[in-house]
Amino acid sequence: MISIQGVSKQFRRVSVLNSIDLDIHHGDRVALVGSNGAGKTTLIRCLLGEYNYQGKIEIDGLEPGANRTRVLKRIGFVPQLSPPLKMPVGQLIRFAAGVCQSTPDAMLAICDQLGLDSAEVWRRPFNKLSGGQKQKLLISIALGRDTDLLVLDEPAANLDPEARHTFFQLLADRQQHAAMIISSHRLDEVAALVNRVVELDQGNIVLNDHVADQIDLASVLNCCLTLTRADAAFAETIREWGFVDSEGGRVWRGDIAGPDRLRFLGVLSRYAALIKGIELADSQKEGSADVQARIV
Amino acid sequence: MNHLLLAARTDISESLRSRWFMVYTLVFGGIIVALFVSGLTESRVMGFSGLSRVLVTYLQITMAILPVFVLITTVRSVAGDREAGVFEYMLSLPVSLSAWYWGKMLGRFFVVFLPVVLAMFAAVFWGLGKAIEIPWVQVAYYTGFLLSLAWCFLGIGMLVSTLARTSDVATGIAFIIWLVLLLFMDLILLGLLVRQGMPSESVILLALFNPMQVFRTAAMMLFDPHLVLLGQSAYVILDNFGQLGYRAWALAYPVVLGSVCAWAGYSVFKRSDLP
Repeated sequence: MISIQGVSKQFRRVSVLNSIDLDIHHGDRVALVGSNGAGKTTLIRCLLGEYNYQGKIEIDGLEPGANRTRVLKRIGFVPQLSPPLKMPVGQLIRFAAGVCQSTPDAMLAICDQLGLDSAEVWRRPFNKLSGGQKQKLLISIALGRDTDLLVLDEPAANLDPEARHTFFQLLADRQQHAAMIISSHRLDEVAALVNRVVELDQGNIVLNDHVADQIDLASVLNCCLTLTRADAAFAETIREWGFVDSEGGRVWRGDIAGPDRLRFLGVLSRYAALIKGIELADSQKEGSADVQARIV
Repeated sequence: MNHLLLAARTDISESLRSRWFMVYTLVFGGIIVALFVSGLTESRVMGFSGLSRVLVTYLQITMAILPVFVLITTVRSVAGDREAGVFEYMLSLPVSLSAWYWGKMLGRFFVVFLPVVLAMFAAVFWGLGKAIEIPWVQVAYYTGFLLSLAWCFLGIGMLVSTLARTSDVATGIAFIIWLVLLLFMDLILLGLLVRQGMPSESVILLALFNPMQVFRTAAMMLFDPHLVLLGQSAYVILDNFGQLGYRAWALAYPVVLGSVCAWAGYSVFKRSDLP
């Protein structure tokens, strides 16, 4: 689907991409990882036809710069940093729907699924929204239309756990007919979403590998946590994940989106001294044999 | 809806919400109000009275302010959008570069032109209310000259904003352009050049290609048809152009200059890195 051959990019005398070769196929979910300045954003901008470059990039045979509108119609893009647009949300959605040949309703439906009250924010300037609201809106614009390539730059960084779960489900709905490039500077943030990892370092591909693809993007894990004692700071943190307590704050139960398990365990690691037991089980399967983790 | 119109509409609503537009509107509205308050309509200066005098004064002030406003706000907005990451996102949507660029320019032209002309027509309607005779031909020409001047500097602004990579550099270049054009007017540097013995043909040629001077001379011609105020230069202008010819030049030349600059800006824009 995407063919990148010998792509190099220089800014003045600084080389940012060094003769990159990469092929991405339908169904690929690629984690594009690397530290700051590795070349991730530059490669994405080349793919979007926003940068000139040496070499060749083709998306189903079309060069992005020369066939801008035809290529970009097929790409849903979520940037890492939200643009500081002053226009109201409604106008942004109408503009995006107009140029993408979609409808505002299709985008608003995704907003609602992600828990963004579209009626409430419709007249508000985009730059006045919170970080999470902006992210939800940009995701809605990217997913509220027909695309077969999603380019997502740290897409879930500002989302609350519930919205993350919905977002993963939305990606799961598209994984059969769309390729995805998910950029992040940390692999653990996106590892559960992808089936392939491409690591960039100083403009070179240093890792291009497939990874175990056994995590269902739409899966949900039932989780039960037992603590040695109730703790106010832990309670505040775990409530953000939608957990509810029993036994005076010593037992907490809730659901975790499957691809979020690593992130969730990372949060728990901060409270390791408090935790007496962790139980995680796939909610779609029954029986103790399917319990995925039990630490007591 | 057509992508060009969508882009224009987006730029218009972004501009209407910005502080520069509020200041811009207040300045031109304020000038008209100040002219009324200072009693200019009641005075008689150099044989001109009433509404004609207001319009002439307004045009002379506009000539100095409009270009710098248009240049600075345009370059800050376009180069600023690029710096802030607006281009990265908006140009990742499937809108063609031509629709985006020209839509932005059309939208901006609308917001730049509207307050200036509305202020002028406010004066005209005030005159109608007071049963003062309205110089409709002058009003039509003034509107045309303003339109032409606004388009010219908008085109220059778009070119500067595509060439400069940061809004600070763009603002600096825009200010220098405005200052140079202001200096090369009959009141300042041209007078000095004549005194230094520069051939009058060269001086007049410079004046003919300075859009601000062209605007000023044409506006002057409407209330001083023989350009007595200009002195001997008037002979060259009137002998070579005639009154109608010079008015046509004053309407067409800035439009052509602005369009050429805008087109050059577009050529740079579509060939360069966008964000």
